[in-house]
Amino acid sequence: MADYGDEPHVLAVDDNLVDRKMIEALLKNSSCKVTTAENGMRALEYLGIRDDQPGESSASATTSKVNLIITDYCMPGMTGFELLKKVKGSSFLKEVPVVIMSSENVPTRINKCLAEGAQMFMLKPLKASDVKKLRCHLMNCRT
Amino acid sequence: MDVAQLKRQLFEYTTLLFHEGFLDEQFTQLQQLQDENNPDFVVEVVSLFFDDSERLLNELAKALDQQNTDFKKVDAHVHQLKGSSSSIGAQRVQRVCITFRNYCQDKNVEGCLKCLQQVKHEYSLVKNKLETLFTLEKQILAAGGSAPM
Repeated sequence: MADYGDEPHVLAVDDNLVDRKMIEALLKNSSCKVTTAENGMRALEYLGIRDDQPGESSASATTSKVNLIITDYCMPGMTGFELLKKVKGSSFLKEVPVVIMSSENVPTRINKCLAEGAQMFMLKPLKASDVKKLRCHLMNCRT
Repeated sequence: MDVAQLKRQLFEYTTLLFHEGFLDEQFTQLQQLQDENNPDFVVEVVSLFFDDSERLLNELAKALDQQNTDFKKVDAHVHQLKGSSSSIGAQRVQRVCITFRNYCQDKNVEGCLKCLQQVKHEYSLVKNKLETLFTLEKQILAAGGSAPM
């Protein structure tokens, strides 16, 4: 994985505009470089996976642009869970930690995401302390 | 009024809003994200919330006006409103949204319509309160005070 030094690059995916603004500010406040996407499709496009192809596709992407993906669970079109599956199913992205956020504390949902390889599940609304915890967790993963 | 008095007024007003449940600690999170690099953050995010909420309230009125109510659509809009109100700490709006979603699940049109009225009411209250808060801040800045948050 690319060495990010002190500023990990995070891709934040959320269909809610207010939430996107908040998560972006929270992450930037924690010294992260942030790219936001409003849905799963845009996220995949940014990451370099083409959704229309079953297996590995894009030759332009060989390493991940991002060090962490944080995504909302409930999104129209592609859910956060579906996005998680696509990321974990990609040979060059599967090592990227994925964090799922949701406003609903549903144990079956949480377990499903963790079983599919999500690093963490976080309850919305996110606070600065949540993001700090995330940051520490991410740093530990790296060492 | 001098700066000190204006600041006290702002402090008291904000405290009252928290006490009355219009705002919760998530609003404090929002305030803490404002700094010299991001001096208008709170106003920016709250403005987005206003625009988004007004759009959603219109969509909800339209959806509930249909002959055959599409409850999935109504629920999706309420979910959005619940999310953004929760993110900025607009607690009373968020609470009505929770009840609203229950009525959606029960496919209860009457209940939904009642909640729509309630959520519109709570929204206009919190909008009014927040605008007053921002006005008080502007007064402090105009009187030569530093950024109050």
